[in-house]
Amino acid sequence: MTHTATIQIPKGVRRRRITDTIAKNIFLGSTLVSTAALVIIFSTLTIEAVSFFGHVSLLEFFTSTKWTVLFADKNYGIAPILNATLLTSAIALVVAAPAGLMIALFLSEYASKNVRSIAKPVVETLAGIPTVVYGYFALYFITPQVIKPLWTQVQIHNALAVGLMIGVLIIPIVASISDDAMRSVPNDLRLAAYAVGSRKYQVVLRVVFPAALSGITASIVLAFTRAMGETMIAAIAGGFRSILTFNIGEAMQTMTAFIAQVATGDAPHGTIEYQSLFAVALFLLIVTASLNYVGIKVVRRWAIRY
Amino acid sequence: MGDKVLSSLQRRGAGKRRIYETLLPLLLSFGLFIAIAVLVSLLLTVVTTGAHRLSWNLITQYPSANPAEAGMRSAILGSVFTVGLAAAICIPLSIATALYLEEYARGGKISQILSYNIANLAGVPSIIFGVVGLGFLAYGLGMGRTIITGAFTLAILILPLVTVVCVEAVRAVPPDLKYGAYALGATTLQMIRRIVLPRALPMMLTGGILGIGRALGEAAPILVVSGLLFIREDPTSLFSRFTVMPLQLYNWISRPQQAFIELSSAGIIALLLILFSLNLSAIVLREYLTRRAMEA
Repeated sequence: MTHTATIQIPKGVRRRRITDTIAKNIFLGSTLVSTAALVIIFSTLTIEAVSFFGHVSLLEFFTSTKWTVLFADKNYGIAPILNATLLTSAIALVVAAPAGLMIALFLSEYASKNVRSIAKPVVETLAGIPTVVYGYFALYFITPQVIKPLWTQVQIHNALAVGLMIGVLIIPIVASISDDAMRSVPNDLRLAAYAVGSRKYQVVLRVVFPAALSGITASIVLAFTRAMGETMIAAIAGGFRSILTFNIGEAMQTMTAFIAQVATGDAPHGTIEYQSLFAVALFLLIVTASLNYVGIKVVRRWAIRY
Repeated sequence: MGDKVLSSLQRRGAGKRRIYETLLPLLLSFGLFIAIAVLVSLLLTVVTTGAHRLSWNLITQYPSANPAEAGMRSAILGSVFTVGLAAAICIPLSIATALYLEEYARGGKISQILSYNIANLAGVPSIIFGVVGLGFLAYGLGMGRTIITGAFTLAILILPLVTVVCVEAVRAVPPDLKYGAYALGATTLQMIRRIVLPRALPMMLTGGILGIGRALGEAAPILVVSGLLFIREDPTSLFSRFTVMPLQLYNWISRPQQAFIELSSAGIIALLLILFSLNLSAIVLREYLTRRAMEA
């Protein structure tokens, strides 16, 4: 006689399984928010940018050397504001790359535990100060007290002060990512170098630094794209003059400062000024995202796996 | 003779190396010196310019053309509403995301793709969140350039930051305890409620406070979403027009009169004090909750 056993799942267990599945799906839904946000960001910018490029040819956008969207006589060449963004970001890197690398080498190779536990938060504080405050500092301290005495022709609003200030802002990015990279260099390499008679400075400069090079590159690429996206410092200390110039002592408007200017001014929904916001934002997003992507690819290829 | 030359050569090289040896740490600490010098001179500038302008007017009065009686009451309220709502949206989302990535989808292909997207979101310049908030939320969904639009924009902006901390918090829970719970027949949800959350919550809240600090100082996205640098009335609902503290400061900073520069310095002192006490409270809260979790 065969015995058919039906497995009776107790009620409580079944209920718990159902709540578990519901919870899992709620958590999944929350996780998808970030992905949805990326899709929305890209599609919103693209849709408005497409109507912008319905009025403005891509050829003009990339070849004209005038950007006068807010004037009666309109020109739509991205060059002046792109130039300002690249110039200020390059100046920022000139400050942040050496300073950040020095800090990283010092913290990972020389600093004692105590010094490290104080110095690291101090450096991180630089990234926590609101950027409006840096803008204020660039306009009312860096330009009049630091640049002016050395270079009297400098304008009140100028790209140099903006670049220097953004440089300070991104020091912690270079420092903390490079520091991580240097600390993950295996100690064996250092010991091996000591064993063949190296001094500490040789170990630091010829072993640790090259071994951490891929992480260092990543930190610099990330810092550069962060610099390109910085808005308030450029809007406060850089001025709103969109003219193609390479004189860093002059006022010049970055892409982000242009967006800020249009947003606070009178640019009703649907006008070409309004649409230009999205075209500039999309261009900025494409440039920063592809830089980050290339940076990460390069780093992956170089990376020494231990 | 030959020996003599060789040894003197060696000594010369050794001397040079010894100099490098002492010079390099000094040279490297110069980076730290720059960081400290900027911080100190920034604080000194702000305090010497603005300390004498600190008064209750700053938080009780509305902005005004007369710098002697101008305050940032409406901006402070705007910041509290916007950032508070942003935190209320972002923190539960971040915790749920962290739990999903670590406890349900751990190590899988989906988890990898989703984490990659979060990292990408973190790399988007902050002003772009503002532009999309304006185009998608304010006009696309018709929410207007209001507090709720600002709050959603900030919530998405700080989402990656808070999520990363929450993921770390979940990872820090000892796996032995989780396996123990599973071995007793717990479902994942039960395990999360009894094992993960009590231990991970302190660090998650710290992440939340970090996010709030970031959102409070953020000016660019709100500048685009709101478009207002000052407003003379309190926000009354989620659909009020608004401004936030950093934007009020931006407005004062951009005015050439000395009195407004001093006023902006006083406002900056207030903002920095708020951010400082937030960070301090994050540290204290974490210590307190961690100790309590240990005792329990």
